Amino acid sequence: MASKKITNATHGISTVAVQAGEAHQKPGHSITDPIFCASTFTFSDTDAIIRFIEEKEEREEYGRYGNPGEKVAERKLAALEGSEDAILYSSGMAAMVGLVMTKLNAGDEVVFFDECYHRSREFCAKHMSRFGVITRQVKACDYDAMEAAINDKTKLLISESPTNPHLSIIDLDRFAAIGKKHGVETLIDATLATPYNLKPINHGVDYVLHSATKYLAGHNDLLAGVIAGSTEQLEPVRKLRGIMGAVNSAHNIYLLLRGLKTFSLRMQQHNKSGLAVAQFLETHPRVEKVYYPGLESHKYYDVAQKTMSGFGGLITFLVKDADWRATANIVDAVTIPRIAPSLGGVESLIEQPLVMSYYECSPEDRARFGIQDNMIRLAVGIEDTDDLIEDLKQALEA
Amino acid sequence: MKFRTKSIHVGNQRDPQTGAVVPPIHVASTFVQPGAGEWGEFDYSRSGNPTRKNFETTIAALEGGSGALAFASGMAATHCATMLFSTGDHIVAGTDIYGGTYRLLHKISNRSGIETTLAAANDLDALEKAITPNTKMLWIESPGNPLMSITDIKACAAIAKKHGILLGVDSTFATPVLTRPLELGADIVMHSATKYLGGHSDSLGGALVVKDQELFDRLYFIQNATGAVMAPLDSFLASRGLKTLAIRVKEQSKTAMYLAEKLAADSRITRVLYPGLSTHPGHDIAKQQMDSGFGAMLSFEVAGGFEKAKKMAESTKFFQLAVSLGAVESLIEQPASMSHASYDREDRLAHGIQDELIRISVGLEDAEDLWADLDQALSQ
Ligand SMILES: Cc1ncc(COP(=O)(O)O)c(C=O)c1O
Ligand SMILES: Cc1ncc(COP(=O)(O)O)c(C=O)c1O
Repeated sequence: MASKKITNATHGISTVAVQAGEAHQKPGHSITDPIFCASTFTFSDTDAIIRFIEEKEEREEYGRYGNPGEKVAERKLAALEGSEDAILYSSGMAAMVGLVMTKLNAGDEVVFFDECYHRSREFCAKHMSRFGVITRQVKACDYDAMEAAINDKTKLLISESPTNPHLSIIDLDRFAAIGKKHGVETLIDATLATPYNLKPINHGVDYVLHSATKYLAGHNDLLAGVIAGSTEQLEPVRKLRGIMGAVNSAHNIYLLLRGLKTFSLRMQQHNKSGLAVAQFLETHPRVEKVYYPGLESHKYYDVAQKTMSGFGGLITFLVKDADWRATANIVDAVTIPRIAPSLGGVESLIEQPLVMSYYECSPEDRARFGIQDNMIRLAVGIEDTDDLIEDLKQALEA
Repeated sequence: MKFRTKSIHVGNQRDPQTGAVVPPIHVASTFVQPGAGEWGEFDYSRSGNPTRKNFETTIAALEGGSGALAFASGMAATHCATMLFSTGDHIVAGTDIYGGTYRLLHKISNRSGIETTLAAANDLDALEKAITPNTKMLWIESPGNPLMSITDIKACAAIAKKHGILLGVDSTFATPVLTRPLELGADIVMHSATKYLGGHSDSLGGALVVKDQELFDRLYFIQNATGAVMAPLDSFLASRGLKTLAIRVKEQSKTAMYLAEKLAADSRITRVLYPGLSTHPGHDIAKQQMDSGFGAMLSFEVAGGFEKAKKMAESTKFFQLAVSLGAVESLIEQPASMSHASYDREDRLAHGIQDELIRISVGLEDAEDLWADLDQALSQ
């Protein structure tokens, strides 16, 4: 039995993070949820199977269809998101694939804002195309272009907010309204925002996707993905997951649940340090420009202020008068952030998008994606803020 | 490097072979050696394990020590410290020490002819008077359980130094976020890593941290010889816990302060024991030896006696009825019926543990949700 429903409407987010989705009294009376390393679940007798099939009894059947620990995590994630339901996957990409494979059939179309996570766009543009699905991409935050790209085949509108690495902020009310007006479902990848800072469901968005690998799990030690939405809309998605099999493991799910316990605290710290570091960078003479939604200079500052309660730890900045090598030298000179892709963990990470993700892209394509040679992306962790600023300062001034 | 940065980076160097940001979990019991009679850094997991070593390195840095040893439980750590001594040796311990430590000293160590005298650790004269020529160690705990008594660690260190004996501090309740006993002159810091260090109620562990290399070597010898080491998976979870230790403990302390003030102002409560309140007898010392908070453990007495307190402890929704402490989930217990039920009532009362005493371990839930929960439970 789950404890009296704890949601983000009735309780503070820390309470939701620690307690929501969990039974008050757990198996074995343990305070934490056990890790069920079970590939299958036994039935006491034939009648028990029949009761299960006739839906008279809710229980597990086989690991690919569900696991008790997974249910706890899904309930907790839904409570954080303020959605009815949530489905967990083995990675963020698996979640994206799970949704688009469910919603898009041959002949259907999907429209992306072009700053959405590049692998998501690539999956639709390069792979769903094999099944006759057409992918259209329009400039991020160009709502008219998005609306113009919709036709009677369009089934899904997808964006990320904030986007990566430019941290553009989508006006979710407008985005959701376009979908509603045309009877097209909408999906927001809110990985960079997390439910601590943004609740797309409240703006009328149908599905929220997270690479839970990032802030939700928060310790750079597991992969996971989640899609939140209404039970009804997610039902076929869940069914397909059971068939395609991109489920997460019992061990990972435990670590995710454990990470979620400190989610609210970690986010407070990421938000605080993120803003402080962004402000530091903005005033540094070697920095040309900082992309961070909490800065007044940010193009989407107003939308961000209206919709978000904090801006997370991801900061992108341009180094003044630096070619790619001079920029790389700064990345190589920092000592606390590690050089690695990904974000959202306790450890700060740093990378140069040109090298890390776009090295094999033509200069024209990079220009089109807005990836500059002198661009650095910093994922601020929860180390001491002063230590991080000190470290960046020495690297910039080295 | 400041505390939070250390907790994330010291002992967690990137894996040189793969670049993994989080070091791999080494579950090996044994390690292949470069040659016969040539030893690598690790040979056998009882003697040393890379994952355990990572946790030990981090906790040593956080406590300002030069070395740490991780154990299978807090009691295994304390036991290792007591194994430093021999027949005829004597230990002086505070009266407020953890019950398991009391049991170890009085029912196990005594079998080897090591005697223990208890003295009120907040009465420095009494403590010093208990020291005999055979005394080898002073063992204290601050804050003490369940009355949150505060012991002046610096003053105890001066006494220990004067008598040429070791000072051991069970710092489980304080954590290095709030108090670093080695900096105050203690020789050994002990933790039940089961509590705040791990922080998620999901593993058992213990640690000893020291500054002095010779003392470290003696303790290491005992640990290796007796074998109560922390397992690799638990070492990984403990390291993972340390990364959020500072933010957890500060937040939990803040919430505890808020609850202590609410309770202190509530007519249904007769007494609140929390070192952050100026009415607490240890407040002035706590202010000196605790940084950025007074911990997340607090006790209070409920008007209406044993039954009323029992009812209250059974009526909370977020505070779960369980012993232990220091985790993200808030816990509640009644010492008279739970943690200290094995004492005679007279002994309990003599220790100041009233029937109506309730102890809470404040977790990470929202402060207002926790207050609402206590409030409704007090009205049951
Ligand atoms: C915004 C965003 N969406 C989706 C993903 C994909 O998630 P995962 O890496 O967990 O598959 C990532 C991460 O790489 C991401 O940053
Ligand atoms: C203050 C204190 N010291 C020591 C211990 C013993 O630790 P463990 O339970 O990890 O053996 C405990 C835990 O119960 C404790 O609260």
